Amino acid sequence: MTVAHIIGGLTTSHIPAIGNAVPNEEVLKNDPYWQPFFSGYGKAREWLQAAKPDVAIVIYNDHGLNFFLDKRPTFSIGAAFEYQHADEGWGIPTLPPFQGDPELSWHIINSLVADEFDITSCQEMLVDHGFTVPMSLFWKDNSYGNIRTIPVCINTVQHPLPSPARCFKLGQAIGRAVESYDKDLKVVVLGTGGMSHQLDGERAGFINKKFDLMCMDKIVNEPEALTGLSIHELVRQAGAQGAEFILWLAMRGALPGNVKMVHSNYHIAISNTATGLMVLENAA
Amino acid sequence: MPATTHSEEPIPGTYIFDGRAAMKGYALNKMCYSFNKAENRAEFLLDEDAYCAKYGLNEVQRRAVKARNVLQLIHAGGNIYYLAKFAGIFGLNVQDVGAQQTGMTVDEFKKFIKSQGA
Repeated sequence: MTVAHIIGGLTTSHIPAIGNAVPNEEVLKNDPYWQPFFSGYGKAREWLQAAKPDVAIVIYNDHGLNFFLDKRPTFSIGAAFEYQHADEGWGIPTLPPFQGDPELSWHIINSLVADEFDITSCQEMLVDHGFTVPMSLFWKDNSYGNIRTIPVCINTVQHPLPSPARCFKLGQAIGRAVESYDKDLKVVVLGTGGMSHQLDGERAGFINKKFDLMCMDKIVNEPEALTGLSIHELVRQAGAQGAEFILWLAMRGALPGNVKMVHSNYHIAISNTATGLMVLENAA
Repeated sequence: MPATTHSEEPIPGTYIFDGRAAMKGYALNKMCYSFNKAENRAEFLLDEDAYCAKYGLNEVQRRAVKARNVLQLIHAGGNIYYLAKFAGIFGLNVQDVGAQQTGMTVDEFKKFIKSQGA
């Protein structure tokens, strides 16, 4: 039987400042502030161009564009033909729409609920910078027109947040769902956000290089070393918003075989955030 | 059952936005969520008091809004992601907001961030 196959995973930070910089990359890539950041993306784009995925599953968090606090699902999945970006209030450029794959979305939704993940399905879903910045980084000049996307949104706004272990298991369930889809498709999984940063409180500006580098090391072949963390410990070590690392763990869970690290880049800092980029190839 | 989830030892200078905070800050965050739309930002700027009243902010929240003081807004139940939309009205980004909360100048704050890469 021909089934869909996960070819690998990508991680990237999704800081709004990057969204403002991306249209000017050709100039900024020589700027001392931006050079160490943008220089990491060439290899990731080369890998994507060679791998030619048909679908990108984008694991991100909504920062208050699609969801308010009236309803704040822990896990939600898009099942739309198209996803729109929109004004987020503080001036990030609005990107062209993203193509969906509702048939695969529903397959994943059906499979996840059968697998005891009681997710929220969304036939309309605005995607914010958590989703759009990674897409515009990996598909330069917004060349994502030929790739179909499936947004997977995890709550990182309002505690309780799902635990690192739970997010890893969600990823594993997504992996099983994809690999039981009877179409010959190549799927890449994006884990976005992170790394260490804190925007609020007197500890604003906190960054933890040692912890970030440990996470980037362990996530390749020992993700279980990270899934034992509690959210509270993650907040302590990675900062209040560094808890977004659960999105990376969900991505890692979705990779079914042995994983090879093709490329990585770490930089302190863009805006208030330590940036991390990884290309993980599924070697199975 | 308690609405709070952080039974662990508190993390200095860090506020866990949990159910208790979400209830306390609901009106404030709802107003900030409305700032996703340009016409709402314009309406706020036209008559700030009327706009706060429309969303039912309490006195403490209204004072914090008037002071443009992020720590006060957080103490009043504000969530940083929604507050960012409020700060954006005044052209303040997360580095300006970080500087304000830590009592540094923006330049000092940027230097502090960078120093952690050493």
